[in-house]
Amino acid sequence: MFGRMNRRYDVVVVGGGPAGLAAALGALDSGVSRVLVVEREPEAGGILRQCIHAGFGLHHFREELTGPEYAERFVLQAMDRDVDVVPHAYVTGLAVDSSGHRLVRVLSERGGLSTVECRAVVLAMGCRERTRGAVRIPGTRPAGIFTAGLAQKLVNLDGYLPGRRAVILGSGDIGLIMARRLMLEGVSVAGVYELMPYSNGLTRNVVQCLDDFGIPLHLSTTVTRIHGRDRVEAVTVAPVDETGRPDPEKSWDVPCDTLLLSIGLIPENELSESLGLALDVVTGGPKVDSTLATSLPGVFACGNVLHVHDLVDFVTEEALRAGRFAGEHARQLRRPRDTIQLVPGANVRYCLPHTLSTDRSHTIYMRAKTRLAPCVLRVGNLLEKRLRFVVPAEMIHLTIQPELLERFYEDRLQIDLVPVDGKGAP
Amino acid sequence: MRPATDTGRDGVDMYDVAILGGGVVGCAIARELSRYHLRCVLLERFAEVGFGTTKTNSGIIHAGQQTMPGTLKGLLEVRGNAMFDRLQRELGFGFRRCGELVVASNDEELASLAKMKADGEAKGVPGLEMWDAARLRREEPNLSHHLTGALFAPSAGVINPYEFAFALAECALRNGVEVRLEHEVAAIAPRPGGGFVITSTGPGVPAGAPPVEARFVVNAAGVHADQVAALVGADDFSIRPRRGEEYMLDRRLEGIVTRLIFPVPTPASKGILIIPTYDGTIMVGPTAHDQDDRFDVPTTVEGSEEVFAAVRRLCPSLDPRATIAEFAGLRAVSSSGDFIIGPSRVPGFFNVAGIQSPGLTASPAIAVHVTELLGRAGLPLVARDDFEPSVAPPARFAQRTHEERQALVAAQPLFGRLVCRCELVTEAEVHEAVDHGARTLDGVKFRTRAGMGRCQGGFCTSRVMRILADRLGVPFHEVTKRGAGSWMVLPMEPAGEGPEARKEGAPCSDA
Repeated sequence: MFGRMNRRYDVVVVGGGPAGLAAALGALDSGVSRVLVVEREPEAGGILRQCIHAGFGLHHFREELTGPEYAERFVLQAMDRDVDVVPHAYVTGLAVDSSGHRLVRVLSERGGLSTVECRAVVLAMGCRERTRGAVRIPGTRPAGIFTAGLAQKLVNLDGYLPGRRAVILGSGDIGLIMARRLMLEGVSVAGVYELMPYSNGLTRNVVQCLDDFGIPLHLSTTVTRIHGRDRVEAVTVAPVDETGRPDPEKSWDVPCDTLLLSIGLIPENELSESLGLALDVVTGGPKVDSTLATSLPGVFACGNVLHVHDLVDFVTEEALRAGRFAGEHARQLRRPRDTIQLVPGANVRYCLPHTLSTDRSHTIYMRAKTRLAPCVLRVGNLLEKRLRFVVPAEMIHLTIQPELLERFYEDRLQIDLVPVDGKGAP
Repeated sequence: MRPATDTGRDGVDMYDVAILGGGVVGCAIARELSRYHLRCVLLERFAEVGFGTTKTNSGIIHAGQQTMPGTLKGLLEVRGNAMFDRLQRELGFGFRRCGELVVASNDEELASLAKMKADGEAKGVPGLEMWDAARLRREEPNLSHHLTGALFAPSAGVINPYEFAFALAECALRNGVEVRLEHEVAAIAPRPGGGFVITSTGPGVPAGAPPVEARFVVNAAGVHADQVAALVGADDFSIRPRRGEEYMLDRRLEGIVTRLIFPVPTPASKGILIIPTYDGTIMVGPTAHDQDDRFDVPTTVEGSEEVFAAVRRLCPSLDPRATIAEFAGLRAVSSSGDFIIGPSRVPGFFNVAGIQSPGLTASPAIAVHVTELLGRAGLPLVARDDFEPSVAPPARFAQRTHEERQALVAAQPLFGRLVCRCELVTEAEVHEAVDHGARTLDGVKFRTRAGMGRCQGGFCTSRVMRILADRLGVPFHEVTKRGAGSWMVLPMEPAGEGPEARKEGAPCSDA
């Protein structure tokens, strides 16, 4: 029930975005009945609430939905199946009592600072945007510098425009979506500038949001200075060399009153850190085993808090699994321990989960370091799969069947992405 | 800080003192003068006090051993330092005596530390100790192992300089000083019969408002002090801004150093430091580069490289990638090299200029000193018996224990509504900031820390704007970052009324 929060649950989910909602449903699927979702916003749905564009659900529902439509399907299911969702609430900490119960500290307007007892916790706090400080853009500090997601919130939820003429730094998906969104609202978009020689967004977004609207994408180019005392007046942009260093000789100024930053997302792990969870330095999220359990017993993680996804459909898939395993944990069912360490090899930035068991099929998510087209995905000596192309912006997923692992007795499995015939590497 | 509306009633009943500039120095003088039966006004160019040099200050209360003996600044620095415990109790700003270490990396530097210790002791700096390399390593294990020793000064501390300025101004206001914001001094003329007529411009000046008339003028205009002095011909000095860049690092690094870490100073600067801020972040900087422009405060690639190269020699694990924010500020460096405090050649016009480092430390002592000088010049200093030295400290929910938080939420449910997740700031605290004078996003940020954390306002900006709009009674789009010109958003044209709709002749629904 929306707004209800009892003292005891089987599973408590931290975050009511797409990951949290799917995790709650996954937990119910596993056979538990008492599930709480703690949400800091006034409504569940997470970032999807402000993603009013279409393109969600093509994998999971095999149809094209807007963000709010995609979220609504999960909110309605959660309500139908009697999940408790408490809005305007925030988890400030987590402890364990002597009987092994998890004690979740929840801060909320109605309930004050209360403690909820449960058997398992799913972390689904999502991610946040990198800011100006993270890339240290020199210049002044006027009003008019927004992360793309904040601008999206201001436009789509609050109903205001961030400015009249915008420059977008970074070609992450939110930046691309916002370029189109601003054009549709009559804001001129001077261009999208990307440090890397390739876009960091999905190919389909480059086509549908920039190409279709005549917005230029300047690759290997970055903002080197912000001008303006009270409000942004212009930015200086410059091409960069292979090492990412700008060439000031070739720089030029672009007049604008707004700078949107779409320069990457970081898993939101304040809570995970405060719990002392082991984190992966590459993903920025917790280390997890094949049940998506973190290093703290009974605490699971999924969605963008674990690693930044590019499609919500995969968040849903991962979160349903995390919820199911959390529910099993709450029912005191135990899976066999993982025996295989999964490690990233050639051209693999990271792969998840960190360990595998030999008893069942596993879904593995990974990202490439650089573009390769075509290439071969190699899982130890178990499996080889030919891929048309891999790019850092598009996550790769792979299912390994238990037949392959049944007779695998080593403790380490390496994943490589190697070019075919030595071609394709940039 | 509501702008006062009752100006000099009939021209005769003029102000005793007009303070020009609402930085930490002007605010400290305003509070000091408010102890007496006087009519005082403070004029500030920006939308809130402390928004100039104060806001970008490194936030250090110096022990005093680093300043040249025999200078006015050296004297006021040691005196000012000793005043901060009491001020902190009265005004509730963030302040902690964490101590400072000036670290040496060779025998030559060790020798200069020995001299610094002797100089400091002569000036009365308490508790100075020389540490050898082993002691330094034990106390601060993350510092470079190449360092050979340090001078420890336990009385140094870290402070939130903006909170100090806000509280000083609030206290002054409470004790009767009028604070006029967005008032930029445009002209100062001698007043027939004595005193001055000060004309201001700016968005805070109501149309047709009469100029301010005052018997004494205290020029605390920071980097503009020479320009303001020139308005009455009291400019026998000049100010050259010296820009300093600072880099704020993620609070994940809290504890990497526990004291202020200084290199051995050069004649130009105290060098680039590692500052464990009151709020638990690590700040590194500042650079020191003279410039002519008095407004332009950019950060630069060179500055960033200079800062990190310098601090990594002291603490090798500091990583530029941990930066969450960068900013720059201007020091007001006077042509004399020392503070310029006292009557000018124009009777009744006092300069308090060139207040660069250790100006923040010295500021309360400067205020006492200026008040004495005004008294000597004929300002009647009759103490009020109803002076209220205190203002309510901020709630600082994030720093409270579990039980204290429970009590706060029980008393005020808005403590249960989170506004800033990085710094754990609640809606009640934003309201409290507005109660204490915040009128802009930066005003809320520097009072509550909402927006200062690692997401840099990505989460809280529109929430704080919503609360500010409600509280100030203005539309959402009129909320600014830091006053006129720093607008945040534009309203959308209502459906059916936009240019596109007109062009296409879209019907306007009456429904």
